Amino acid sequence: MSSDFTPVSALLGGALIGLAASVMLLGAGRVAGISGIFGGLLAPRAGDVAWRLAFVGGLLAAGVGAALFVPSAFASDLVRPPLVLALAGVLVGYGTRLGNGCTSGHGVCGLSRLSPRSLASVLTFMLTGALAAVVTNHLLGGA
Amino acid sequence: MKNTLLSGLAGLVFGVGLLVAGMTRPDKVVAFLDVSGDWDPSLAFVMIGAIAVHFVAYRFVPKLGSPFLGGRFALPTRRDVDVRLLLGAALFGIGWGIGGYCPGPALVSVVNGTSDALVFFGGLVAGMLAFNVTERATAPAE
Repeated sequence: MSSDFTPVSALLGGALIGLAASVMLLGAGRVAGISGIFGGLLAPRAGDVAWRLAFVGGLLAAGVGAALFVPSAFASDLVRPPLVLALAGVLVGYGTRLGNGCTSGHGVCGLSRLSPRSLASVLTFMLTGALAAVVTNHLLGGA
Repeated sequence: MKNTLLSGLAGLVFGVGLLVAGMTRPDKVVAFLDVSGDWDPSLAFVMIGAIAVHFVAYRFVPKLGSPFLGGRFALPTRRDVDVRLLLGAALFGIGWGIGGYCPGPALVSVVNGTSDALVFFGGLVAGMLAFNVTERATAPAE
């Protein structure tokens, strides 16, 4: 097992994610699916933009705060060539739109709702994610 | 207006959660997904923490009837598993396993000053725009 095992911060961070998703659900009646919220800004519809911008703005604000005060939150020694990273981004962008969700919408929200679609999605992306990580680490070197 | 403020607050808390959880560290994410190497199971605990809280919140939906800020609950109702869902999830997983970013952490990290995060984010946006194009091309004429 990795020496980098951090169950306490993982549980705490997870609980904050669950809290944020619950604020969206009980306050606004919406699912906090990030690929859907952000994707909606790339195909904007009148009257459906402000809340999406605000949510994404909140995410970015968290990132700016961490970059200024806790840069270790971004510490990573994963080495991937830029072209490979860009292609990975394309797959994540296209795939999450085609499959209606990502780790937040299907993972956190869908599993909490006991949605069979979300369970199928999570099992699929965990499987292909593990395969891709194993293969890429063996080809390019791992973390 | 209240909806916008609430969404901004939720986004901020969500982002802090991702940062605390370690999801903005692609090496940690890949160390979770690569079960063949020096396996780091931490991210499973992120999911457990998030679902433990959010599962409880969902139990209040029928009791409330409508959200606190008014309007109606706009929740997914489909339950069928189709090819688009599985293909989309499969492609997403491959990109996640290679790059170590899913969409939330990609957004939080785009301001971290590294070219890796910017390059991944550029690909993410391109992929979503490409989806809009293929959707329009294959959509039945109205």
